[in-house]
Amino acid sequence: MVKIHERKFVAADPEKCVGCQVCEYICSWTKEGAFNPLKSRIRVVRINQLINLAVTCRLCENPPCVAACPRDALTQSEETGLIMVDEDKCNGCGWCIEACDYGAIMLHPEKKVVYVCDLCQEQGEPQCVKWCPEEALDLVTSDVLAQKARITAVRKLFQEALKVTPITS
Amino acid sequence: MQGYAGRILHIDLTTGKTRVEPLNEEYAKKYIGGIGLGIRLLLDHSKPGVEPFSPENPLILATGPISGTMWPTGGNGHAFVSKSPQSFGVGESKSHGSFGTELKRAGYDAVIFEGKAEKLVYVWIDDDSVQILDASHLMGKSPAETEDSIREELGDYYIRVAAIGLAGEKLVRLACIINDKTRAAGRTGMGAVMGSKNLKAIAVRGTRDITVAKPDEFMEFIKEFHERMKGPAAQKYRTLGTAANVLVHNAIPCMPTRNYNKASFEGAEKVSGENLNERFVAKIIGCSSCAMRCEHVCVVPEGPYKGTMTRMEYEPLWAMGPYCGVDRLDAIIKGMDLSNYYGVDSISVGVIVGFAMDCYENGILTEKELDGIDARFGNQEALVQLIEKIGKREGIGDILAEGVKIAGEKIGKGAEKLAQHIKGVEVTGYDLRCLKTAALGFAVSFRGADHNRHGAYGFDVKGKVNRLIVEKGRGKMVKDMEDQYTLIDSLIVCKFSRGTYYKELEDMAKLYSLVTGVEVTPEEMRLSGERINNVARLFNVREGLGRKDDTLPYKVMHLPVPDEGPSKGAYVSQKELDFLLDDYYEARGWNKEGVPTKEKLRELEMDDLIHIAKRKAEKAEES
Repeated sequence: MVKIHERKFVAADPEKCVGCQVCEYICSWTKEGAFNPLKSRIRVVRINQLINLAVTCRLCENPPCVAACPRDALTQSEETGLIMVDEDKCNGCGWCIEACDYGAIMLHPEKKVVYVCDLCQEQGEPQCVKWCPEEALDLVTSDVLAQKARITAVRKLFQEALKVTPITS
Repeated sequence: MQGYAGRILHIDLTTGKTRVEPLNEEYAKKYIGGIGLGIRLLLDHSKPGVEPFSPENPLILATGPISGTMWPTGGNGHAFVSKSPQSFGVGESKSHGSFGTELKRAGYDAVIFEGKAEKLVYVWIDDDSVQILDASHLMGKSPAETEDSIREELGDYYIRVAAIGLAGEKLVRLACIINDKTRAAGRTGMGAVMGSKNLKAIAVRGTRDITVAKPDEFMEFIKEFHERMKGPAAQKYRTLGTAANVLVHNAIPCMPTRNYNKASFEGAEKVSGENLNERFVAKIIGCSSCAMRCEHVCVVPEGPYKGTMTRMEYEPLWAMGPYCGVDRLDAIIKGMDLSNYYGVDSISVGVIVGFAMDCYENGILTEKELDGIDARFGNQEALVQLIEKIGKREGIGDILAEGVKIAGEKIGKGAEKLAQHIKGVEVTGYDLRCLKTAALGFAVSFRGADHNRHGAYGFDVKGKVNRLIVEKGRGKMVKDMEDQYTLIDSLIVCKFSRGTYYKELEDMAKLYSLVTGVEVTPEEMRLSGERINNVARLFNVREGLGRKDDTLPYKVMHLPVPDEGPSKGAYVSQKELDFLLDDYYEARGWNKEGVPTKEKLRELEMDDLIHIAKRKAEKAEES
């Protein structure tokens, strides 16, 4: 029997994300009591007007941030997959930041230790998912994510095939 | 006071000196922020009769008390205010995106740019550190290129930039200031004022926390507005967008076409919002903190303009489409892209091209004078070519870059009558001949021809009044709308969200109170809106504008609507205009010349500005 992946993380649907940063505002508000994107665990990237995506911790299997920490300040919860930071051990050296492929772990501008998404453990559910006005954010397992991507790709394929748009008509 | 950063930054570009002064709290309470605070600061920091391109004309950048918060559509706004090189009265323009929120986090309610730099510079505001840096390498670059370049050299992808393009550098009078690549503070030539200061761009990084006075209630209120924004009040913006207006206006008909020669367009279907969305809109994106995303990003999939990507709204679509007789959406999108590239107001530039086409068709401008361009109405290539020429001030573009008013005077031979403007600012996409409440709103707008100072077209288009007649009461209707619109632009929230304020002033008062901790009543809020209209009027009075300038374009008053249907034969006579103005001035508590009375200014607690009205009265007596 194969075990279905149970770990869930916050992922943005590139089709739906409009780059509004509401997730950044609500994250910093929830975790820090202030509106300040610099203190958000999720950050929006707008490459151009068409390419917008919010990015946060993926709760990797074998997380490189944990492996990279020279002070054993980072650990991964076996139960939830969350990355936990021991703020006493962390000295803000940034090896984990360099190791993360997604820019999901950041140095706190005031505390000078790293911080990362914890899926709003205290609130019971990720507030960014709850507040996203476009319903672009979702709490998903990697299996569900793969399913969604597959469906989107196939749908798009057929949409393109049906689209005929002559300019000069 | 919460909500405000509490600081105003002064930057003297002549000396390179900067200083910070505390925000005058009385001003904050009376003029809110945004354009209200900006216009009051302009009045205080400029001498009467100053030339718009003089180093002594300050350029003011202001955020509002809501900027920087998570308030949907409100967290991200900023406004530019200065004396306009088009109207020679109040110039002001807002923009959204992510620039205003950054400036607020850097800790400023307003930045006042004074003087003129010796050579092209940009200003780098990094929280408390303010530097004036060389921008010679950015000369001639588009606002978008400038933004990329500055982010690259300062090494932070999240730096926000507002910049001018080549048009601003060359003092094209309709130049705008663009942030986030496609968001423009478009109207009244604020980009030209920025260019006159040799200021290419303003780059900002802000790291401060933004908090509000009553956080729990504030978050509840946001939640409610998020819900409202999913509802009918925001539906138009979330779906077809403002381009939906094309078919609506065409059906009435009230869509100025071919430089106001007609009020409907035979090619309306081809340039409709429906067609635009089906064939060109690739994505609808949102500004920072928005919950109703409206920005329709268009991509041209094929043809001569293939790959062009830009935002599109009704107004530029109308100006570059029907107003020029052009029915090709791909060319209109290209025109919009060029407007952003050179940094010109896309409404004004379309109206100017329509004017040039009218001059050409009437034999006032020859093909030779137009640098060989066959400027027939409907020629989409001519549209694209003329926008390029205006953006570069090249050939005929050098004259057209002055805007239709000055260009009409320079060209002569009757071109003045083809120049459709109010107070030197080009008209927008509402046919004022058959929308008479709107006609009043446009005539009295303190920043010249504009639909966004009052939204009075709503009464006409939605059939709430008989749009073809004038009658008592229209003055009060326009006044009330204006007072609300100045509040929207001072808080600053987005005009597209205005329908979500179900309780209007009550909702605005609540928002202001929750953010600032200063309890205000809806009535006090209304008074602030009225005060801001009065301070703008006083600035214009000080600069010599008055009743004679509260007028309408030549064709609106002399060329009846020729189109068959209910609008046929409509125009606004001088008698009707006078009737409307009298009614409006009376509703405003202004005298027959449109000058605020002493009593009105006292009522609005503007005693400190009575001298401006008084000086005007004395001058009138002398002459």
